[in-house]
Amino acid sequence: MANLIPVAETVGANRMVPTISIPYPLGDPESSEDEQWKLRYHRVGVALEALETAIDEQTVFEV
Amino acid sequence: MKKAIIYINQFFAGIGGEEEADHQPEIREGLVGPAMLLNQLSDAEVTDTIICGDNFMGSNEEEAVEKILGFLEDKEFDIFFAGPAFQAGRYGNACGVIGKAVKEAFDVPVISSMNEENPGVDMFKKDIYIFPGGKSAAKMKDDMAKMAELGNKILNGEGPLTAEEEGFFTRGIRHQVWLEDSKPAADRAIEMLLKKVNGEEFKSELPIPKIDRVPIAEPIKDLSEATIALATSGGIVPVDNPDKIQSASATRWGRYSVEGLDNLPNREAGEFKTIHAGYDPAAADANPDRVVPLDALRAYEEEGRIGKVHEYFYTTVGTGTTEAEAARMGQEMVEYMKDEGVDAVILTST
Repeated sequence: MANLIPVAETVGANRMVPTISIPYPLGDPESSEDEQWKLRYHRVGVALEALETAIDEQTVFEV
Repeated sequence: MKKAIIYINQFFAGIGGEEEADHQPEIREGLVGPAMLLNQLSDAEVTDTIICGDNFMGSNEEEAVEKILGFLEDKEFDIFFAGPAFQAGRYGNACGVIGKAVKEAFDVPVISSMNEENPGVDMFKKDIYIFPGGKSAAKMKDDMAKMAELGNKILNGEGPLTAEEEGFFTRGIRHQVWLEDSKPAADRAIEMLLKKVNGEEFKSELPIPKIDRVPIAEPIKDLSEATIALATSGGIVPVDNPDKIQSASATRWGRYSVEGLDNLPNREAGEFKTIHAGYDPAAADANPDRVVPLDALRAYEEEGRIGKVHEYFYTTVGTGTTEAEAARMGQEMVEYMKDEGVDAVILTST
């Protein structure tokens, strides 16, 4: 899970899920606790889907 | 006189460090920070300095590029410089992103400099001229001199020669050249072949780039039976940093128990914080789950979506850390994970 997806691609990550920023990948302090939780729960959920998905090349999963 | 414009980040513009990394793109007439040095070394006049925060570029790339190209629309310039970015990964990325965009939009030569460990090199060496640079700003003068020198050659119609002769990273672009000895390709190939047969050194004219790729792991068949571990390059550690993981250029890593925890208690509670020197720690210190999403993974464990959360999370610091060290640390972590039956890992980077 990374904000700089192009960097993750370059260093060879295979399953990638975008996050929202560098200092707070999974929860913007400016937003409400509830929104932050939803974001985190959703994106970790996408990461879990990525883990059970067969891929044949580097893949960025949609969030 | 020819004109040049340079791109630098918020740090080198003297605006501030991490706390200002969200700084919006701006253009200033005249010379800011390293632009002064470039102006001394370049045959061109450096007319403007473009400044943007590294995180702003990283998180809002499209908006940043659009704004900066907008600044440049009514400017006259013959060449564009970005950096030097040294070993700063986000800055290297920013120099590459903007350099490539400027090259495409205005078709001017674009020159940058980065340390060979900067991921920006592999990402953008095909798009712009990137010189191998120092690890830190101590090499500012040397690195800028190389950039300026190539710029002068191009502006004076004297170059560039090949990557090998000029010293920038090979771009993988083939040029037609006349060899002084006019030896045909067939003869050269046979000479190489004979050398190879005789076990002698020979130099290929078409080197194949080394590609270091990790094989793709098989998907997990049944997540509800799987043990999932969390890992991060975001430097989350117990507040006393017991393994003394470095804040930058890390060579050490740690693993810390999350047994019985529903989330990662924060710095104020005396439990976890970040020691990563490459980003503003405020958000991570206030809630470490923003970087290591233990709370979310616990929820999936509770629901039965996954079998269980592995007892430990694994952590190091990703800023300035070389790929070689990162690979070694990753392999060391994997040994523990395998021994303890981890099926998959979710790694967050910052």
